[in-house]
Amino acid sequence: MSENVLEIHDVKKHFNVGNKQVVKSVDGISFSIKKGETLGIVGESGSGKSTIGRTIVGLYEATAGKVVFEGKEISQLDRKEKREFNRKMQMIFQDPHASLNPRMRVGEIIAEGIDAYGLAKGKAKQERVFQLLERVGLHPDHATRFPHEFSGGQRQRIGIARALAVQPSFIVADEPISALDVSIQAQVVNLLEDLQKEEDLTYLFIAHDLAMVKHISDRIGVMYLGKMMELAESQTLFQEPLHPYTNALLSAIPVSAPKLRGTRERIVLGGDPPSPINPPSGCPFRTRCPSTMERCAVVMPEWKEVKKDHWVACHLY
Amino acid sequence: MSRLLEVNDLKVSFRTYGGEIQAVRGVSFYIDEGETLAIVGESGCGKSVTAQAVMGMVPVPHGKVKNGQILFGDRDITKLSKKKLQQIRGSEIGMIFQDPMTSLNPTMKIGTQIREGILKHQKLSKNEAKEKALELLRLVGISDVEKRYSQYPHEFSGGMRQRVVIAIALACDPKLIIADEPTTALDVTIQAQILDLLKDIQKKRNSSIILITHDLGVVAEVADRVAVMYAGVVVESGTVDEIFENPKHPYTLGLLKSVPNLDSPDKERLIPIDGSPPDLFAPPTGCPFAARCPFAMEVCVMHMPDKETFSDHHYAKCWLNDNRAIKVEEMITAGSEQLV
Ligand SMILES: Nc1ncnc2c1ncn2[C@@H]1O[C@H](COP(=O)(O)OP(=O)(O)OP(=O)(O)O)[C@@H](O)[C@H]1O
Ligand SMILES: Nc1ncnc2c1ncn2[C@@H]1O[C@H](COP(=O)(O)OP(=O)(O)O)[C@@H](O)[C@H]1O
Ligand code: SF4
Ligand code: SF4
Ligand SMILES: [Mg+2]
Ligand SMILES: [Mg+2]
Repeated sequence: MSENVLEIHDVKKHFNVGNKQVVKSVDGISFSIKKGETLGIVGESGSGKSTIGRTIVGLYEATAGKVVFEGKEISQLDRKEKREFNRKMQMIFQDPHASLNPRMRVGEIIAEGIDAYGLAKGKAKQERVFQLLERVGLHPDHATRFPHEFSGGQRQRIGIARALAVQPSFIVADEPISALDVSIQAQVVNLLEDLQKEEDLTYLFIAHDLAMVKHISDRIGVMYLGKMMELAESQTLFQEPLHPYTNALLSAIPVSAPKLRGTRERIVLGGDPPSPINPPSGCPFRTRCPSTMERCAVVMPEWKEVKKDHWVACHLY
Repeated sequence: MSRLLEVNDLKVSFRTYGGEIQAVRGVSFYIDEGETLAIVGESGCGKSVTAQAVMGMVPVPHGKVKNGQILFGDRDITKLSKKKLQQIRGSEIGMIFQDPMTSLNPTMKIGTQIREGILKHQKLSKNEAKEKALELLRLVGISDVEKRYSQYPHEFSGGMRQRVVIAIALACDPKLIIADEPTTALDVTIQAQILDLLKDIQKKRNSSIILITHDLGVVAEVADRVAVMYAGVVVESGTVDEIFENPKHPYTLGLLKSVPNLDSPDKERLIPIDGSPPDLFAPPTGCPFAARCPFAMEVCVMHMPDKETFSDHHYAKCWLNDNRAIKVEEMITAGSEQLV
């Protein structure tokens, strides 16, 4: 059994949005990730996926709860430890256009982290940049060019090289392929898989393409309105989903071939997701849940391990 | 089934600072009544520009239809006056775009927008138009329509806005609905609702749908026929079964292999297509896919492959399917036999 590199305990991230209103973007989430594992996070737009990712890498300070990395709570780290945490924990973003400084050359973008952590200097640094470019499928000559000279897929590779430059052990990838064309998505996913093996990386992989999340993840967590609804091994989640929301979500995925048309029984959800400013009492899914009961409006169901490694928050279990 | 639309050798270009972009380079396709044709391909391959041309909406002055016919019934859309086009749009052709906000006026109540759409094309009283608008809102699955009628777009969620856009597109019973990435911005549960809605309406009204998408799952779910575009050209077209079961163009095959298969129990490594699409400022003279194609031959770089037909609906443009290529194979086999 390998150790947990990351544990989060009842993490909340609330935002004040004026008028004394609060958005509970992440509202009490707990899970752990083992070394070398990929945990996928899915959920509809606004469910809090990016917020949890950003809270884990420390871009946001948690409103409540604990984020524990390699056995240490990150809010308790001293300056030196914090620096080391910031190096080991890297993030890759959805929009490869917005996340790279347009005025910096690719080589400088990649070298920034190497400089900041004093990992290499002079010729050795140059070598390292070239090596990283080749590692992500680009050419050393690309170091002198600017981001706008590259396609979306290539820019995403630059973002990956930048993250790798500081030799991280954990990468949060927030929709790293959503902005890319189908034929390019596979290039980037294969690269991420290869790097994981070679560099012994642990991934938190956020996406809304369920087929891709299943492909890349060992385990998958399903979020809805700031809360985790279900978490299980990928195969288990797809074959024996427990939570009514997971069921509906999986039933909505288009078939992979025309001959399978109509084989997936669709669970049509009524209504729209409620506003996170004014979430329903009790279970957040109850306004659209086909199995809702009286109790669901009163109490939020507990986060329970109902089978080994299969967690769910629902009064049915 | 009778033919509703036929596009022949359509070419569209844009003048830009960098030079001329040949966005659509000789596209042909057709659609019959009651049919759903999916146009797939990666971003920039000319899907939206093709749709704009069919609607007579290629942006002027930079864009220009350089060649081709767009036959809608007995009329050629490329030859119609602005006024005539406006009449057709909204009455005979309905449009749905990716971002519902681009088709909705944020300062105007939802109900008013639908009612105005109806009144522009149909001789009804204000009250009759309102009744019709309410009915359309119900048709696209919006509840509490009386209240929703007098709300503004920002009070609707993304999925509801897209349903309103569909309601507007349907206001005049169009024979043809052109939907350009109608679900790309939506979550999968909402996408499923919108696709069901489109299928449902099609069944009720026997309308034809041109569905532009890059999502092969959406194609597998709803299309009757598929046209695969690459760098401004349709490289393969066929029934949805022909395209998924028996693709004849390496690009189509590549697309199918590069997405994970949810219905397969084993985790297989994805097979990406290397490289990226060509620049449309200087499109290749030969096969546009040659630079990324694992099977590329010398002839591919030099000459654009001809159309090779496999069935009533199925064709591809790839030298691998040329019977001369088979002859080359035969020659090799014959040669090796002689060597033995
Ligand atoms: N900085 C912020 N200030 C205020 N509200 C925020 C902020 N960041 C996120 N939110 C809100 O928190 C909720 C969750 O947002 P988040 O970006 O985490 O969603 P997501 O699951 O990543 O969605 P998507 O799939 O659209 O990326 C949303 O309601 C969002 O509007
Ligand atoms: N208004 C315009 N001005 C200049 N170029 C355009 C314009 N619209 C589209 N193009 C170019 O035409 C090509 C095809 O675009 P488009 O049809 O929008 O692609 P897609 O297949 O993604 O819908 C692209 O190279 C695009 O940049
Ligand atoms: S707790 Fe109740 S409302 Fe929530 S998912 Fe379970 S059954 Fe549905
Ligand atoms: S014509 Fe040649 S390059 Fe083009 S797809 Fe066929 S084999 Fe590949
Ligand atoms: Mg996000
Ligand atoms: Mg487009």
